[in-house]
Amino acid sequence: MSVVQSVDNVALLPAYLAAGTAVLVLLADLLVARARVTLATAAVGATATALGAALVGAGDERRTFCVGPDCSYVFGGRAALVAAVVALLTLGVLALSGPLLRAGQSPTGEYCFLLACSMTGGVVLGAAGDLITLIVALETLTLPLYVLVGLRRGSLASAEAAVTFFVVSVVATTLTLLGAALLYAATGGLHLGRIGAILADRPDLLDLPLTTAAVALVVLGLAFKVAAVPFHAWAPATYDGAPLPVAAYLSTVSKLGGVVALLAVVQHALPADVTGPVLALLAVLTMTVGNLVALRQRRTVRLLAWSSVAQAGYILAPLGALALAAGRTDDARTAAYAAAVAYAVFFVVLELAAFAALVALRPAGADGGTVDDLRGAARRHPWRAAALGLALVGLAGLPPGLAGLFAKVTVVRSLLDGGAGWLAVVVAVNAVIGLAYYLRLTAALWAAPAGLPGTDAAPGVGSVGAPAVVPVRARTVGVVLAVATAAALVIGFAPQFVLDVAAR
Amino acid sequence: MRFGEVLLVAVLALPALGALAVAATPRDRAARAVGTVVAGLTLVAAALLFLGDRSWTTYAAGTPAVRPWHRLDLPWVPGLDLRFHLGVDGISWPLVVLTALLTLLCCAYTLWRVPDGGSGRALVALLLVVEVGILGTFLALDLVLFFVFFEVVLLPMYAIIAGWGGADRRRAAAKFALYTLLGSVLLLVGVFVVVAAAGTADVVALTGGTGLSRGTQLAAFTLLALAFAVKSPLWPLHSWLPDAHTQAPTVGSVVLAGVLLKMGTYGLIRIAVGVAPEGARWAAPVLGVLAVAAILVGSLVCLAQRELKRLIAYSSVGHMGFVLLGVATLTATGIQAALIGNVAHGVITGLLFFLAGAIKDRTHTGSLDELSGLRETAPRLAGLLGFAAVASLGLPGLAGFWGEAFAVVAAVEAGGALWTTLGVLAAVGGALTAAYLLRLLRRVTHGRPSPAVGRLAPGLAGVELVAWAPLVLLALAVGLAPTLVLGVAEAPVDALVEVLR
Repeated sequence: MSVVQSVDNVALLPAYLAAGTAVLVLLADLLVARARVTLATAAVGATATALGAALVGAGDERRTFCVGPDCSYVFGGRAALVAAVVALLTLGVLALSGPLLRAGQSPTGEYCFLLACSMTGGVVLGAAGDLITLIVALETLTLPLYVLVGLRRGSLASAEAAVTFFVVSVVATTLTLLGAALLYAATGGLHLGRIGAILADRPDLLDLPLTTAAVALVVLGLAFKVAAVPFHAWAPATYDGAPLPVAAYLSTVSKLGGVVALLAVVQHALPADVTGPVLALLAVLTMTVGNLVALRQRRTVRLLAWSSVAQAGYILAPLGALALAAGRTDDARTAAYAAAVAYAVFFVVLELAAFAALVALRPAGADGGTVDDLRGAARRHPWRAAALGLALVGLAGLPPGLAGLFAKVTVVRSLLDGGAGWLAVVVAVNAVIGLAYYLRLTAALWAAPAGLPGTDAAPGVGSVGAPAVVPVRARTVGVVLAVATAAALVIGFAPQFVLDVAAR
Repeated sequence: MRFGEVLLVAVLALPALGALAVAATPRDRAARAVGTVVAGLTLVAAALLFLGDRSWTTYAAGTPAVRPWHRLDLPWVPGLDLRFHLGVDGISWPLVVLTALLTLLCCAYTLWRVPDGGSGRALVALLLVVEVGILGTFLALDLVLFFVFFEVVLLPMYAIIAGWGGADRRRAAAKFALYTLLGSVLLLVGVFVVVAAAGTADVVALTGGTGLSRGTQLAAFTLLALAFAVKSPLWPLHSWLPDAHTQAPTVGSVVLAGVLLKMGTYGLIRIAVGVAPEGARWAAPVLGVLAVAAILVGSLVCLAQRELKRLIAYSSVGHMGFVLLGVATLTATGIQAALIGNVAHGVITGLLFFLAGAIKDRTHTGSLDELSGLRETAPRLAGLLGFAAVASLGLPGLAGFWGEAFAVVAAVEAGGALWTTLGVLAAVGGALTAAYLLRLLRRVTHGRPSPAVGRLAPGLAGVELVAWAPLVLLALAVGLAPTLVLGVAEAPVDALVEVLR
């Protein structure tokens, strides 16, 4: 075997662009040292990455770093989708960060650099073809976030959140690594496709306790990253302590990363009859617990955090169909993976819109506040409140948030195609529980502001109704909000586009 | 594009664009006027759907059981089996016109009086959005599209109750939203049970249950019937209705009772019974028993009711019980009775809610204890209330008669101990209906004027007359000439019953 590999640089172009963005941001911050230039560099880099991913993805699947038939880097349709979505989300989060950075609460250079690094991890993640690339990419995505969560000067909550996140995440990574090592010990393979083939050829391997333990450790370690119940406890505290744009990043890019990693191992490497029941159980627990706890939340970001836990349950639900034999035919499996990816895409668009609207409705650099702080927001900012309302209703899965409606429809359809009617009913009932708190938050926007006669709420400190607080007036935030809302509307009326891209 | 296709699109596009136009009109009163004009144009378009060549809709062996007068079939989301497939036939057309008419009357009423709570412009825009959802539900010939329109109604109606309702509006609105969402998610699962098994979502192809196994049909019918039972509502899933009706503003109650409930009964006939006839046959006795329970429970609760709007709301439970009993018999007579009962209930209960709203607006109370002697101070209002109550109790010659009488006839005709008993019990329920409506009249219109009633001025506003007159005339017309509804519905109902055999 030749020691020198030929490397397909075109396949790696998106990764180069993302990594190059990080380096350029660092240099720009060192040499020019002007916040505006640094931000612009990062934004241009993220745009270029998205474009690069779309261009490379438009062609055929490209593979590189191959050993025989197994490749460590496979840039196909889904990898392109993940890379493009991650880059666009990063761009959105950068724009949302404007007020935060201008308020001087976080250093601009470091902030942008870390975000670009994290983006690089996300871009590579979708293309990962072996367990090591996968875990390294996932860590590259997560590692900068520990710092970003804690990067708010003088905030104790922020530091606490960072420590919680760090400890839990490191434990999860360790579990995944241990699982990967055991899997290597059992099968002798590291490439996802190779492991899958070995396990399919030799069913006796599955009887080994070692293999079962390895599969369980890999799945559970990745479940931490998606914040699936019972490995979810870090998410609400971390989201609430982090600056708002970082919370937006955590609940979109970071969650998408976890889902993509889980999908990669479940689809290619691990036996479906083992992972199926585990994933079905995880999905049921995740959506039910997430929704029930979200009912009791008073703080906006905590509510969104618990709701995004529940949403992870809906993303995992199609994979739960693998628990039954009817869900393990080739057609049903393909449909299930496509449904999970499609739901994830619908979800991140709506979630970004929700966080963008929240940033727009809150004072510059503030945290999410309580639900009462948002009471009557629609009277002062009808458009921003309408955008938040639309995003929340979409997350609940109801018109006029058609994107969310079709997301739920996609999941239910794939479940029934896979013969998992019971899971579809669980998803359906959860949608009803979910509406209860989304509706409470949405209705608060149009309610009479706290303190006016006819309301029973105690006046909240720093509420929107109080004249002293001026919400942000950053143009970039408005643009993100408008673009995300427009995107949600467009994919709401033309969901076929997302379904097609997700199925590639 | 043919004339019929243009009309179908217009019926949905007019109110949808109208809602946007209303929201974009800066001045409140002008916006309400724009909304009323749009609702009027929609009514014209809906009525025109009747035109066109319907001769080919005669039913012969080998043709599909649903043969729309006009249809429009465009792809939308192939990945979800969702096509923009609309059509209108004799089962849906009366409901489409009723929806358009009630929305127009509500918009016109809003020109005159905007309930407290928010701007009239937003209320009219929401009414138009609700109209889009309801009309879409009646017109959809694709299961998934039906589901989408079914969902469209939910949040605007929630907003109408929560924004312009009475003192306890938030709780009532949330209860309405959660209950009906529970119904619609079951509908979603039921729809995809059918689609996954049949591989198509086309109602025309699916009607008759061809190609669906017995197990699938039972599962699908259970899910669909539950979904529609929440919306209709069928006892014991009705508890959202009294709160929602009582708290909603007048126009909200009118739309809610007049046409929103019909989405449930229409869905039961067109979707649940049509797509899963074997499941329908299997579940018919249960449905019949529950329907009769609804009639009896609704009437008994009404007899003890002390609040005007709540009484009318509970009377809806009883009336919809008759409709569901008609459907449950699965005979041509029964389904025809259900269809005319639907329309009659929409007209009469719409009128009753308008009148109750007018009484509450004038006297600021809905309590029967504080209302008496209405005919002394406001004879015209009292006369209209008497007319509506008598129509509602099913006096022959008025609209309410046909649906209830023929539901009972159909049950008795169905034969067997069970159905005969159900028919007799339903007839008893009919007598109870008369009892509580007459009690209502005695309490409100007769006796000495109470202090709240004593201050009333005798006159009615012009807009009130304009809004109510069409309903009064329709109640008379449908009562005297039931063929207005039955004539168009006869052929499609016969075809539907044919595939049920």
